[in-house]
Amino acid sequence: MNFDFSEDLNLLRDQARRFLKDRCPPAAARAVLEGKATWDAPLWDAIAALGWMGAAIPEAYGGLGLGHEGLCVIAEELGRAIAPVPFGSSVYLATEAVLRHGTDAQRRAWLPALAAGESIGCFALFEGPGNPAPAAVAARVAGGRITGRKWPVPDGSTAHFAIVAARDASGELGLYRVELAGPGVVRTPLKTVDPTRDQSQLDFDAAPAERLGDAPFAWADLERVLDRAAVLFAFEQVGGASVCLTMAVGYAKERVAFGRPIGAFQAIKHKLADVYVANELARSNAYYGAWALSTDAPELAVAAAAARVAATDAFHLASKENIQTHGGMGFTWELDCHLYYRRSKMLALALGSAPWWKERLVAGWEARLDAPRAEAA
Amino acid sequence: MDFSDTPDEAAFRAQVRQFLDANATLLQPGDVAQRTRYLEGPEALARAKAWQKTKADAGYAGITWDPRWGGRGGSPIQAVIYQQEERRYNVPRGFFEIGLGMCIPTMMTYATREQCERYVRPALRGEEIWCQLFSEPSAGSDLAGLRTRAERDGDDWVINGQKIWTSGAHYADFGILVTRSDPGAPKHAGLTFFFLSMKTPGVEVRRIKQISGTSNFNEVFFKDVRIPDAQRLGPVGGGWKVSLTTLMNERLAVGEAPGPDTNDAFRLARSVELDGEPAIRNPAVRERLASWLVQTEGLKYTRFRTMTALSRGQAPGPEASITKVVSATKLQDIASFGMDLLGGAGAVMDAERTAMQAWFQEALLYSPGMRIAGGTDEILRNILAERVLGLPSDVRPDKNVPFNEVPRS
Repeated sequence: MNFDFSEDLNLLRDQARRFLKDRCPPAAARAVLEGKATWDAPLWDAIAALGWMGAAIPEAYGGLGLGHEGLCVIAEELGRAIAPVPFGSSVYLATEAVLRHGTDAQRRAWLPALAAGESIGCFALFEGPGNPAPAAVAARVAGGRITGRKWPVPDGSTAHFAIVAARDASGELGLYRVELAGPGVVRTPLKTVDPTRDQSQLDFDAAPAERLGDAPFAWADLERVLDRAAVLFAFEQVGGASVCLTMAVGYAKERVAFGRPIGAFQAIKHKLADVYVANELARSNAYYGAWALSTDAPELAVAAAAARVAATDAFHLASKENIQTHGGMGFTWELDCHLYYRRSKMLALALGSAPWWKERLVAGWEARLDAPRAEAA
Repeated sequence: MDFSDTPDEAAFRAQVRQFLDANATLLQPGDVAQRTRYLEGPEALARAKAWQKTKADAGYAGITWDPRWGGRGGSPIQAVIYQQEERRYNVPRGFFEIGLGMCIPTMMTYATREQCERYVRPALRGEEIWCQLFSEPSAGSDLAGLRTRAERDGDDWVINGQKIWTSGAHYADFGILVTRSDPGAPKHAGLTFFFLSMKTPGVEVRRIKQISGTSNFNEVFFKDVRIPDAQRLGPVGGGWKVSLTTLMNERLAVGEAPGPDTNDAFRLARSVELDGEPAIRNPAVRERLASWLVQTEGLKYTRFRTMTALSRGQAPGPEASITKVVSATKLQDIASFGMDLLGGAGAVMDAERTAMQAWFQEALLYSPGMRIAGGTDEILRNILAERVLGLPSDVRPDKNVPFNEVPRS
């Protein structure tokens, strides 16, 4: 039994935390929130210099080859830092889609630039309100050109290209790469609850599109793409939730009311104990997800859904109770509590909302009950 | 990360399985008979004693204990492996957990070598059962507020007072006992700790009927009970520190609250109809199953993280309280939910007629106790908040006041 990260990855975590503490304090997200930039491009370049975008990309394609456990460690730290960069879109989604579904030629052509951070991708699935569903993909490709409207697309105005879910002339699902600076693409930034991250509408009108891979691509493959990303998002969420708890505990020790630090009152104590419990359960589920992701285990669907649901719940709870613990000050623009509250909801929705993931979890568990696997208790 | 055993662990697990296969039967899915019902009566006790002896003879009782006292001298990870494997079998439970989980570890820390030689092995072999005489009518969560008096008289101590919620006192042979020896000292400083035979003159046990209808715990009255000073554990006035040893061991011993779990809720939801379709198809049912599944899985992998820490030689801390806080409430909610699935007939508690032998109904009635015994939900949240998160302690107006000047109800 070894259910923790290796010494090397714990070192990576320490380095990443120190780097981001210095280079990406909450002021970085705040600068974007206040409109000083649409994202933190210098931070992106600094992260690229460390090689993080290529953490899970094999060395043959220009990556570090640390495997997905390494990427999980980085994701948690970026989540702690609420980093205003398109890392999730480009790395957890676009890069992973290319890695898993691209032809070897496509991987050779695209992955080195992704690993170096020179090329930024995003993932365009949604076409308006609703959770992921086969019937909700209407964008069409004919003769190598795509037409349709995708929104919201995280980092759609920031990325160089999008991996777009669309159907061909015969209605078959596929993933397509579309250059966003090319012809036939209109990008419109959307107003959202978390302006520290770009979300946009992409309108395609006969824009050139290249299909990923030459193998059949089914809805289950798309779900697998989302499952893999869900584990990495869960680590970001766990990271964010854990910062919220630290902030709330710190404030509860300092703030005095009725002649005592408010953290001495059980109303505060029990609330924060509940946040701690939710965070620990989320972390444990995320670790199982990390194992399933890095070993490409058949349990990935269940592990990813459990990680996603637990982390979404934990970050929501931690970010709202952090505001509550701070009282009126927590509700001010000036304090950082709202940055995490916003990010928590944005991450909760980015891959489909909690009800959809809960349904996937229960469906996956039913399948497992029907085919019990020998597994350690 | 990986879930596989090291070669040594795998060899140990194989040995354990061989032993269990030869001496017990595997539980089948949905098998509810022995798992949670509070076992009662001389027959159940005899079965449990026989099983404990079999375990001890094979070297699977006291896995981490010193071989001098009949233990195996094994590692914490081996103890966990044994528990994991034993859980899958239908074996008697419920009689030895307190003695072997809490009382004897306290003895091994504080008793003399001769006393350990006398008491540890018979307890390990199931020949003698121990109980823990801690809570009192006015000292539950506030254990250090206990009032049972111990007064020195020559080489003896004379005990007067009352304990309550003492599990198994009615069949226990020995008990560990915390008393107030100095009412003039602040409450934590005036306590002294002993062990005694439950057959000592002046000890009277009265059973308490619980809301589940069973009587698993007791009131224990002490009237001029004489205990030799040689049976004192720790220094005079040092009883609080000894009690903490016991309670630390209790925290290590807790697992998930026993009863119908998330998988059983799935099974029930698949086997009954609700509003004309299998209950499992109902979106409200699925939503709740998802929430419990996330908790169950989260606890399971939290245990795996603890096991990893153990195998790296680190000690588990108060984080282990998470399991009890989460699982006791979950059990109560699952019990109630299972009954909801049966609609208007949910309240019927008739093993012949009710789904899964009325397991959910039974659990509804005993689960409130799980949120109280061994540290209430509220005390456990205090522990997490103070010891893990480092929040300041609550105001304790009685802390540095002589105990006999503290207001009482």
